[in-house]
Amino acid sequence: MNRELKSHIPEGAIAEKWDNHKFNIRLVNPANKRKYNIIVVGTGLAGASAAASFAELGYNVKAFTFHDSPRRAHSIAAQGGINAAKNYQNDGDSIFRLFYDTVKGGDYRSREANVYRLAQVSVSIIDQCVAQGVPFAREYGGLLDNRSFGGALVSRTFYAKGQTGQQLLLGAYSALSRQVATGKVKMYPRTEMLDVVLIDGKARGIITRNLITGAVEAHDAHAVVLATGGYSNVFYLSTNAMACNATAAWRAHRHGAYFANPCFTQIHPTCIPVSGDHQSKLTLMSESLRNDGRVWVPRNPADKNKKPSEIAEKDRFYYLEEKYPTFGNLVPRDVASRNAKYVCDEGLGVGKTGKAVYLDFSDAIKREGRKYVEDKYGNLFDMYQRITDDNPYETPMRIYPAPHYTMGGLWVDYNLMTTIEGLYAIGEANFSDHGANRLGASALMQGLADGYFVIPYTIGNYLAAEPYKVEDTSHPAFSEAIDRVKERMNRLINIKGNTVPDDFHRKLGRIMWDHCGMSRTGDGLKQAREQVRQLREEFWKDVKVVGTADGLNTELEKASRIADFLELGELMIVDALDREESCGGHFREEHQTPEGEALRNDEDFAYVAAWEYQGENKDFILHKEDLAFENVKLTQRSYK
Amino acid sequence: MAEETRKYTLEIWRQKNANDKGGFKTYPIDDVSPDMSFLEMIDLLNDRLARTGEEPVTFDHDCREGICGACSMYINGHPHGPHQGVTTCQLHMRSFPNNAKIVVEPWRAQAFPVVKDLMVDRAAFDRIIQAGGYVSVNTGSARDANETPISKEIADEAFNAAACIGCGACVAACKNASAMLFVAAKVSQLAILPQGQAERKARAEKMVAQMDAEGFGACTNTGACSAECPKEIGQEHIARLNREFLGASLSSKNVGDFKLIKQ
Ligand code: SF4
Ligand code: FES
Repeated sequence: MNRELKSHIPEGAIAEKWDNHKFNIRLVNPANKRKYNIIVVGTGLAGASAAASFAELGYNVKAFTFHDSPRRAHSIAAQGGINAAKNYQNDGDSIFRLFYDTVKGGDYRSREANVYRLAQVSVSIIDQCVAQGVPFAREYGGLLDNRSFGGALVSRTFYAKGQTGQQLLLGAYSALSRQVATGKVKMYPRTEMLDVVLIDGKARGIITRNLITGAVEAHDAHAVVLATGGYSNVFYLSTNAMACNATAAWRAHRHGAYFANPCFTQIHPTCIPVSGDHQSKLTLMSESLRNDGRVWVPRNPADKNKKPSEIAEKDRFYYLEEKYPTFGNLVPRDVASRNAKYVCDEGLGVGKTGKAVYLDFSDAIKREGRKYVEDKYGNLFDMYQRITDDNPYETPMRIYPAPHYTMGGLWVDYNLMTTIEGLYAIGEANFSDHGANRLGASALMQGLADGYFVIPYTIGNYLAAEPYKVEDTSHPAFSEAIDRVKERMNRLINIKGNTVPDDFHRKLGRIMWDHCGMSRTGDGLKQAREQVRQLREEFWKDVKVVGTADGLNTELEKASRIADFLELGELMIVDALDREESCGGHFREEHQTPEGEALRNDEDFAYVAAWEYQGENKDFILHKEDLAFENVKLTQRSYK
Repeated sequence: MAEETRKYTLEIWRQKNANDKGGFKTYPIDDVSPDMSFLEMIDLLNDRLARTGEEPVTFDHDCREGICGACSMYINGHPHGPHQGVTTCQLHMRSFPNNAKIVVEPWRAQAFPVVKDLMVDRAAFDRIIQAGGYVSVNTGSARDANETPISKEIADEAFNAAACIGCGACVAACKNASAMLFVAAKVSQLAILPQGQAERKARAEKMVAQMDAEGFGACTNTGACSAECPKEIGQEHIARLNREFLGASLSSKNVGDFKLIKQ
């Protein structure tokens, strides 16, 4: 199967592409929309907003989530905010500036046309959310408040305390709920997608497992939309929720959807460090903390176990401030993360495990008073204290980077369609907008842009050419797929080995973190690839899944997801090996400037790497989509 | 930083499915670090159970940072355990003295049937939102976001109500298993915002009717819900719901005129 990568970027000047496209694409007559069925998998920001918008237009929607309710999707945990080029603050923001910042922040590995459209629709997102009753922060005059976020030079971030993701998700959830009540959306909670069904090369449905009864079922539709999030949990420990997984995307990949830039992962610098082997996940602390906190470690390894207050000022190594006098503690996420790793690797890390650095607020408290710090960061300080039992007003926080977001994902064209016709990917599940690094407050923006304002238009272009009547679940492709899924479940249960699924997950996480994490080398990656292959082999021989497949079985759920992570992990390594340059979140030690900064190679690597699956234990095939930059100038990032 | 590990006696509710009678089972557990969260302690137990071939304890959880509302354990007589303002996933074992006995049950309410062990079905909450917990505004039809100024006080008050995570602890805490606090939080948020005005009366009526139909109990103002709510949603929202509902039933034309959401 060889699919040509056609990005379908519309003609015309960048600012006109989206409007031209909307005008040129096919439309479905309003009266005929009810003749089309769309499946939406995942009901976080992207999925819920898409499902609600489809239903409002008149399509019939079946929406699936493995949660008990759409309101629990992990979009809910996003703290910081959502960007939009409203320029309410009159500080020089514009659609072009948001576009420019996003392409630059992504280290020039994203598609210009998609990013420009993202910046364009960002303004409508805020209008929509406010109309739904999303309680964004406001100024005393009653207008919306903004802050500057993640080192941006303009204030374009809208927020709702530290719970922006929650409020936006509840907005999308309410719109979805309204459509469930009208009957236009049928919700399938606690239902996990385990396969996609193709008929004559087009996506015509999915196979699911009811997580309560274990029933494996087929669902047909004219098109399938995956909004199933990212794959940070390949690292085992990440800031993602426990159940976040790559299974839906990976199943699609196995059927011919190319996977793009899998090695572009974001490691967030300000997370609460690991406290012991029992750790099940990591907690992010908003990066706004770096506005007032100073990052340091002891200069002298001998001071590591001293109380921070006993370490004299001259013996403290404010490594970010020393190395990057201009940006200091506000360098971008990847730079901050990598430097924390370096100082810990040098033996300067603090805390029980030696894998932590201090984030110190004592100067801010001295300068502005405790009240100021309390007002700004009170919630975060409380959360930190609850988890660590340390009082950050009195002693510096300890932080360490953790996997947080994945910029890679299913390859999609301008219409957000994957390389499988009729199969779409939106939100974090696709690769398109963030390049090699995502800017703060842009994940929520992209999820809602795709769901509310892009896919409701672009899907019409496909559906309009489809017949009303298409093959339904009586087609043998469905029963074959059901058999495949059941067979796989039984296979997992019947191995009856000695090692529980979590042990495999932990081991995989370790390999990925050590070799395909913040800093990567050719040799390390080659080793890691071998290790992952071996681990996968062991898994299929020795995994122990207690219980049965015909009912609620969380061990089986885990094992099934880990099996896919074991394949995706290898692809991430393959991609990282292939990309002989450093860019954004991908840092190859062989490719750095004399000062130790990421060294891009635009000559050879200004492309999207889209990988094709060939079968279990077979090599992946690389397809390249060349990236053309006509509106931004490629520069080397410098934060000195 | 306490380094020593602890021992506990866990009494955990085990129930195969909705039809099973269920009962407590006792599990001694050792090697518990005080830095573990309560759920990580249950993970440890489950890990040991899985290794010995016994089925792990089923419970709802996901974000483990107090925001998704999935976790839901009734611990020693309190939803989400002994502390105020935290969810089960944010509770740490340092809060339990060494050798303590810890009783863990699911939420108990007719409207929240047990699915398995500690996992319950809270779909009734979704149906209450479907009944009217929204502003009817289609994608793309919104005006500019700054066209309607909203005073900071109102916006903050709406935010406080909107902070509800839909966990159901309020129901579990209430001797009548009433869902008033949950319903009040949503009605209150939308009743005070200008965007919520058009449907204000119908919303209160529809959501209350759905709440009643789901089999939640009546509110007798004991205040246990707010005391146990991890997001500290206050009683003033219940007072507002009562006013909204009363006002609506006196003046609206909707009474009895809408369909309940079916299971
Ligand atoms: S009101 Fe409080 S206790 Fe009740 S569901 Fe909401 S957050 Fe949970
Ligand atoms: S697991 Fe999400 S709130 Fe506890």
